[in-house]
This record gives sequence, C-alpha cells and structure tokens, in this order.
Amino acid sequence: MKILVCLKQVPAKDAPIKVAAGETWIREDVTYEVNEPDAFALEEALRQKEAHGGEVVALTVGPARAAQVLREALAKGADRAVHVEGEAAAQLDGFATAEAIARAIPGEHFDLIFTGLQSDDYGFAQVGVVLAELLGLPHATIIMHLEPTATGIRVKRELEGGYFQNVDMPTPAVLTIQSGINKLRYATLMGIKAAKNKPLTRHSLEEMGVTPKLNRQTITRLYVPTRSKKTEMLTGSAKETAARLVEHLRNDARVI
Amino acid sequence: MANQVLVIIEHGARGINPASWETVAAGQAMGVALGLPVEAVVLGGADCDAVCTQVATRQLTAVRRAQHPALVPYTPETQVQALVQVITATAPGYVLFPHTYQVRDYVPQLATRMARGLISDAVGFRVEAEQLVLTRQMFQGKLAADVVFNGEAPHFVSFQVGAFRGDKALMADTPTPIETMTVSPNAPLLQPGEPFQEAKQAVDLSKADIIVAVGRGIKEPKNLALMQDLARVLGAELAASRPICDSGWLPMDRQVGSSGQTVAPKLYLAVGISGAIQHLVGMKGARTIAAINKDPEAPIFEVADYGVVGNLFEVVPALIEEIKKLKS
Repeated sequence: MKILVCLKQVPAKDAPIKVAAGETWIREDVTYEVNEPDAFALEEALRQKEAHGGEVVALTVGPARAAQVLREALAKGADRAVHVEGEAAAQLDGFATAEAIARAIPGEHFDLIFTGLQSDDYGFAQVGVVLAELLGLPHATIIMHLEPTATGIRVKRELEGGYFQNVDMPTPAVLTIQSGINKLRYATLMGIKAAKNKPLTRHSLEEMGVTPKLNRQTITRLYVPTRSKKTEMLTGSAKETAARLVEHLRNDARVI
Repeated sequence: MANQVLVIIEHGARGINPASWETVAAGQAMGVALGLPVEAVVLGGADCDAVCTQVATRQLTAVRRAQHPALVPYTPETQVQALVQVITATAPGYVLFPHTYQVRDYVPQLATRMARGLISDAVGFRVEAEQLVLTRQMFQGKLAADVVFNGEAPHFVSFQVGAFRGDKALMADTPTPIETMTVSPNAPLLQPGEPFQEAKQAVDLSKADIIVAVGRGIKEPKNLALMQDLARVLGAELAASRPICDSGWLPMDRQVGSSGQTVAPKLYLAVGISGAIQHLVGMKGARTIAAINKDPEAPIFEVADYGVVGNLFEVVPALIEEIKKLKS
C-alpha cells in the first residue's frame, strides 16, 4: 500500500500562547510539536506498511520551521517527505490547506491518505474530509482500527458516547485518524541517521497558487476569552489553598 | 434579499440527537437577530414522520421532510447528495448543524461540494453591521476568535455541543407545517455496520456524586496511587481525560468527554487537566467544579468555581490531610 500521511506542526501543548499585534494570530516565539492525532496517523501508516508492504510519504503544509515534523517522520520510518512551504501557511483555513495538499500530489495515486481528525490549533476538523472531496475519493472519519479486505478496507469508526461502528469501503480512500489508535514509537538513532539520506521535496505555496485569498472564512479578531463563570482563585501555600478549598467545598458549595 | 436559516436535525436509532435541539435554539436566536425565517430539515428513512412530528412542536416556519431508503443507514456520500438537493431547492442564507461526530464526517464535504465555507465548532454568534460574526475557541480553548464568512451564501455553521440550551428552544403554539421534499441519493459506496460498544461499561460515572478526574498533569502512571487516595477520602469515583485512557493508565470506561462519558456530579475535582474542549463538554454540567493546575491560563479555570494554581504533587497531599481532618 502506498500511504500519504498529512502532518501539521502546532504550538506545544504547554506553550504559553500570546496574541500577536494585529490580533489575528499568535506570537510565533513558542515551541512547536507535531499535532497529536497526526502523530497517531503516522504511526498507523508505518504499521500498515510493516504489515502489508508499500511506501509511506509524509507531507506538511507549513512555514520553514515545520520541516522538523517531516524530519521526525523520516526518522521514524517514512520513506520520503513533501514540504508545501510558505509563511502564509498558518493563515490558511481548512479548505485552503486541503487545496494546498491536493495540488502538491498530482499523479501520486496513493491507496490511502491519512490525516489526524483535527488540529490542536484551529480545531476545524475539516482538512481530511475536504481533501477527500477535492480528490473525489471516499472517506471515513475518527478511525480507531483499520485492516485490508478482499475489496478494500474495513475501518472501525468511533461514534459518540462509547459506541463504535465498522465500515467496509473501497480504496483509494481518505481516513481521519483518532488519537489512541495505536502506541507511538520513538525514533531510533539509526532512524535519525537514515533520515538524512531520504528524499524531501519542497513546493512553495505561491508557486501552487495557494494564498489566504482562497480562505472561505477570516479571523477578524483573536483574543483571550472572557470568563463566563466567576472563578474563585485560591492562592497561598499548598497547605493554605488546600484548607481553603475544603472550607469552600464544605461551607459554600456544601458538596463534602 | 436575505434568505432563511435552515437547521439540519440529526437523528438515528436512538431517536433525535439532543444536540439538535440546541441547534434549533441557536437557529431561532439567529432568526431573530437577522430577521429571517427558520426552517428545520429532517432527512431519513421510515422514522422520518415521527421525527418530523416531534420537531414540528418547536417554533419554526416549516419542517422539511426528505425521506429516501438510501439515507438509512447514514453514510457521508448519501447524506451529502440529499442535502445538496434540499439546499439547492430551498436556497437558504445559513445552514446550521450541531458539531457532532456525524457532522464532522460529512458537512466539510457538503460545504466543499457546494463551493462554500463551513465555520465549524462555533460557540456563539452576534450580528455586526448586518454581518454574522461567529465566535470559536482556538488553541484548545486558550484563545477565542471572531470569524466571518468570505463569499456567497449559503453559509454553513456547526455549533459546539453545549453552546446553546436545547431546552430553551421555543415551542410552537400550533404545530409547524411539515413539507415533503423529494431527494434521490445514489446507492451508498460505504457499507456501514451496526453501532456497538466495546465491552460492557464496568463503571457508570454518571451515577457518581463526586468525581476526581486526572489528566496529563499527573505525569506518570505511578502517581495514580496518590489520586486514588484522594478519591478514597472523598468517597469519589476516579475518572480521567482522554490521554490518560489512551496511554492505558486507566481503563477507557473511566474517560470523561466527548468520546467517553458525560457526567454531572455534585463535585468534579479536576487534577492536572488543562480542559480541552473535548473534555469540557463531558463535565461542564457538574454542580461544583474545582480545578488544580500549574498553568493559570488553563481553560479548565474557565468553567471552574474554585481554582488552585499550583503543583498538584504538593496540593493533593495537603488536600488529603485536610479532608481526613474534616472527616475524623
């Protein structure tokens, strides 16, 4: 199987996020990491290749810094990588990002295309499904298991409230992968060395005609949310705050 | 001329998805704000009539019923084909959905096929200079954004589950008229099986009065022992956010959130949980919420009644001591 995995670099989970001047994006001086569900998508692609053979191609749409997620993917075992590069990448909405991916892979004929189910920054949960539509392929979302069948694949979709569903579908297809589908691996030293000799292709967003002008929505203002609830913040030493919390829960909330 | 607001009702084997009532409430509010009529759309099979009758009890201009055998069971392609026909025939200004798993599965495809935008997982809206401005959470709830549509109507919006009160949807004085539409989706490409549960849920967290829930902040599985001590002195059930269950530190049936259980205990004590949207939807109905987290900006404090910013490995032992003192 020939599998494309789409990875996004997002601010690290514990990064202190600050709104940048202009109030439409964040200050970029934070640490970044691969979007969590995308890491699971990569792992699943590597496992499918190990079980059934084939090729794994890692792709990202992002500024120069995003090459890091491709280097990590190559070190973990991806065969080659595609960087759709441009400083405007962070300003693309889900539709424009899917356009960028679709325009970067003509003639590749992947059997499967994986994305994470959503990103930790925008949280659109759209790119995988929009990409499927742009490529004219069937798709399935929030996948927790995947196996080939005589006619295509069988996927296990996560539904709400602890329910699941198996779906039989033809390939080629696009799947959005849920966190927790597998156990992530670490890159080995040998993998990191081998990655240096693996092919990494670059395309520029401009050269493919992808700009924020394709966006179907615009952020007019980004801000720290106002609290909808009055939160009583308890300060002091651990002992003091613990004592005050117990007092509140006992006397005001009357829950203990 | 501005066109109507269409609310797409989600329903299945377990009846109408309660999130659909929230979308009806959102649609009614939007109709007032924009001065537009509000209609509901029910797509489905044999159960269409019962669902339509229920939806018609709400204050709407019309309930549009589109029945076809190929719409059951749900698949994204058949749903998209039918809705393209409904939307093309009715030419709405706005099409609203609850941001459910099913909506994530097909609405991005629907919007793209109609060459329109989808603002997904919105939590609110307002009208400014006759333009609809939606609010969304970003960066896992750490920031909020005002977002507007580019381009022509119809505009597609999905609202976060819990963003509107379903019980606030206005009732109709007389039943809303039901209008039948013809749709003709193709035979489905996907072959979906029946929904199933993995194993019988061993723990019913929804019955617990007090829940101690732990997240990534506990760092290592060995620290669960301390959290179990806290749960024990409180007489609480131990629960967790998704990453803890994904890592296998606690079984899946202890997970609270959109992919786990939804709970509304008297006390929800969140320890080392940052409060990603997916977690908050499962617990924000708790009567009292207390949170301990090292990050003062953690979104969990947005929903907490009491917040402690600090090192949980210092605060939790102190808390256990205080509770023991109280109970002795």
